[in-house]
Amino acid sequence: MKRSVISRTLLFIFLTLFFGGHVLLWSQAATWEQVPIPKLPEFKPQQPKRIEFPNGMVVFLQEDHELPLIDGTARIRGGSVEVPATKVGLIDVYGEVWRTGGTKTMNGDQMDDFLEERAAKVETNGGMDSTSIGWSCLKEDFDDVFKMFVDLLQNPEFRADKIDIAKKGLYTGISRRNDNPQQIAGRQAAILAYGANNPYAREAEYATVAAVTRDDLVNWHHTYVHPNNIILGVVGDFDSAMMEARLRQVFGNWQKGPAVKKPEFPPNPAKPGYYLVDKSDVNQSNIIMIGLGTTRRDPDYFAISVFNEAFGGGFSSRMFSDIRSTKGLAYAVGGGIGTGWDHKGMLRLMMGTKSQTTAASIQALDDEIAELKVKPISDEEIKRAKDSILNSFIFNFDTPEKVLQEKMAYEFYGYPLDFLETYQKKIEQVTKEDVARVAAKYMRPEQMPVLVVGNAKELDKALSTFGPVTNVDITIPPPPKGVTPEPGEQD
Amino acid sequence: MKSRKIQLIIVLSLLSSFALCQDLASFEKKITKKKLANGLTVIICERPEAPVFSFYTHVDAGSVQDPKGATGLAHMFEHMAFKGTDKIGTRDYADEKVALQKVEVAYAAFIHERDKRVDRDDEKVKQLEKAWHDAIAEADKYSAPYTNEFGRIVESEGGEGMNAYTDDDETAYHYSFPENRLELWAYLESERFLHPVMRQFYKERDVVIEERRMSVDSNPIGRLLEQFTATSFAAHPYHRPTLGWISDLNTFSASDADAFFHRYYIPSNMVVAVVGDVKAAEAMPIIEKYFGRIPSRDKPDEAATAEPPQNSERRVVLHELAQPLYLEGYHRPDYRSPDDAVYDAIEDLMSNGRTSRLYRSLVRDKQIAAQSAGFSGLPGNKYPHLFAFYAFPVPGHTPQEMATAIHAEIDRLKKEDISDAELKMIKTRAKADLIRGLDSNSGLAQALGINEARYGDWRELFRSVDRIEKVSKADIRRVANQTFVEGNRTVGIIENVSGPPEPPTPPQGGAQ
Repeated sequence: MKRSVISRTLLFIFLTLFFGGHVLLWSQAATWEQVPIPKLPEFKPQQPKRIEFPNGMVVFLQEDHELPLIDGTARIRGGSVEVPATKVGLIDVYGEVWRTGGTKTMNGDQMDDFLEERAAKVETNGGMDSTSIGWSCLKEDFDDVFKMFVDLLQNPEFRADKIDIAKKGLYTGISRRNDNPQQIAGRQAAILAYGANNPYAREAEYATVAAVTRDDLVNWHHTYVHPNNIILGVVGDFDSAMMEARLRQVFGNWQKGPAVKKPEFPPNPAKPGYYLVDKSDVNQSNIIMIGLGTTRRDPDYFAISVFNEAFGGGFSSRMFSDIRSTKGLAYAVGGGIGTGWDHKGMLRLMMGTKSQTTAASIQALDDEIAELKVKPISDEEIKRAKDSILNSFIFNFDTPEKVLQEKMAYEFYGYPLDFLETYQKKIEQVTKEDVARVAAKYMRPEQMPVLVVGNAKELDKALSTFGPVTNVDITIPPPPKGVTPEPGEQD
Repeated sequence: MKSRKIQLIIVLSLLSSFALCQDLASFEKKITKKKLANGLTVIICERPEAPVFSFYTHVDAGSVQDPKGATGLAHMFEHMAFKGTDKIGTRDYADEKVALQKVEVAYAAFIHERDKRVDRDDEKVKQLEKAWHDAIAEADKYSAPYTNEFGRIVESEGGEGMNAYTDDDETAYHYSFPENRLELWAYLESERFLHPVMRQFYKERDVVIEERRMSVDSNPIGRLLEQFTATSFAAHPYHRPTLGWISDLNTFSASDADAFFHRYYIPSNMVVAVVGDVKAAEAMPIIEKYFGRIPSRDKPDEAATAEPPQNSERRVVLHELAQPLYLEGYHRPDYRSPDDAVYDAIEDLMSNGRTSRLYRSLVRDKQIAAQSAGFSGLPGNKYPHLFAFYAFPVPGHTPQEMATAIHAEIDRLKKEDISDAELKMIKTRAKADLIRGLDSNSGLAQALGINEARYGDWRELFRSVDRIEKVSKADIRRVANQTFVEGNRTVGIIENVSGPPEPPTPPQGGAQ
């Protein structure tokens, strides 16, 4: 079992570019500042070719001839946030059974055998705002595998036996969702940020999964899977002109469908105060201070990126240095102002600490926020944060796949395709005042619910010494009669 | 782009059935290996696809090497390797060094009194503890303004994915940099293992204890795995947790960590692999210049108590509020065994994807489990270890049903030859998995580094496919019959209980 120096789940993404004024020295450096840093050669990553068919389907082709492999992914508008409240879990069932249920002419097991013989993949997935279907294969198997991909994209069968298996998997997940305190904390934080009924926070229950029918899956597919809702990205060892011709031949005459308009789901955040999930089988509290962030369209995004890096991301951030390294209160600690593509992200300051230092840790988090006013993020901290973002910037596009994925995301959310190129300049322009302004605007402790998932009887001080406490009941609603046995019930 | 050029050669030859030697020959043009005068092995693999590189530093010491009474020390040192050096992270190292020595003296006096069985003076314990804390406060004055200086430098210079891991078998450090930071990296990484300083040790020890609380104490699967491993191994150090037992964590010292470092972090025990946009002709002299400074010392003794044969089934049953889980493990030989590839084939057959036997039986047909698989490498694979099977029951199904269904599949392995189609699929997938697994600078650096450390030759990475190619149906039956027998088995179960569990007894020994 591997143990890492920092928890990957809390790692923020740090990113590059810096032409330092270091003196070139050929001798061995005595200190790190003396090490010569030559200029980074200019690197223009290859851009994928964008094509839009008359039926609205958008295709990105990214040639990469180094391996005889061809991979593709189609991202389709519409996801779990659009599912009615009575059927939460529909997209999870759909995302699995789309593939396991097979096509009209080949069942899912036959597809498995066919693909595994070739070490190839065709897989489907369901997400919050989109579903996807993709393939990965050797060039020599492309015709066979692509045919299967197209067949599954256009003619899925959603066989009933596979719906049962998918539902059992979901029931298992529901029954286990209170086993891991960090999972509980993540889930409850979203509920406090967006509201229990908000599509960005709600959870599948036994009853909502049980309510999903085969017709729901078929209807979903008919409603959403149309060329004008699809962005297809292909990367690998092919000729773009030939691939374009092939895709046009296969998809060019596909009938356009009704456009999907994604509704807005305004958040309904919880009142400030303390929210306790009492868990008797843990000796560590997971603490999250919660608020709302913004989107990446917001001009604040760039100052927020710098603020997050300085305040809660990485080894040298304030939270890591103060709460972990200096106070020794936590292993996992971090956080920042979240920025979603098309809806407000969550603001979260998170840490895990032993039961007996829970109150002390809440105080430490409060102090971090309060200190932002007394000792705003300094010029030096801002330089460090910007250096970190800009010097590692190249890792955003150091493979053709990453470039392709970036472009597909911009296309999907309607961002300018050169968003990444302009990002760099905008980060450079962020000032100390910008950072102080976003800190004051988003870090509002008087408005923030504080969640504690921990062992109430072991805490150093009752949470009520801080303010009003709401005990959160996380009991899993039992399944409707005849759906599935009680979780944990033994035969 | 970064990973593709090299893989082309592998894929062409492996998947289009060229001879493997051709493939290796082409690959060798990209790779330069050098053993420095001090015994350190350096591997450079040129992949000029984007102006970046990744490295992987492998140290052939993991928690198996933890000294008696100091479980968790290898992992603790890994954390300390981020605390800076005599030049990074201090205001004045000469004075800080003196202050840190005082911390050690104060700590030793405190521990000595704290752990007395007879005549312990509690008042004196308090005074000594305070003296220790005071000494820490004094030493912190030198480092406090520079907390996490090492990480700050790496991050602000554009380091990506900086982290490290410790497991039972080894400790490793890794991150990626833009290519113009190669010399900076060589400086930082060699300084880290030339002059590490055990500053802020006892605060970091608290951090590690929180890591233990997170992944073991407050996690039911973590609790099961710790007990399961401790039960499976009676003699070999694999029975000890990598994170350490709590009383050891509350006892070992910075001096212990320093001694561990001096014993195991020696050039002959380390491999450094660099992959990316670097030219060996230019990079090797730089690496040699910096890493060559690490003094050569004798390679430590590699003996470890061997696990005697297990001759009866062992069981661990945890009664938890959590949902049930079934786990069982069988002792198998280490990775150098001629049957290693046979175990790999069994793992693939039983576990890989929706065509796997366990998925098809437990998930698809019987519909009693949400997930089931079998795998080697618990808790490590450098020494004889376990081949383990597990299943997560669907609500309403019991761990015993999981055992019965898994055993039915094991019996099939023992009694019937696997099909031609299955054998072919295993071999095809082994080739494809190798290629897809190398799809990054960091992945290749790790794979080359581990293979070099384990076999003394990075080429074994590619020969693994060759070994799988030779596995026969008879091998699979033979190995299954040898390994998967009741007396060689340890079972670990989480049973769900509806009421709250008994309050846990606080661990004894060591200050809290």
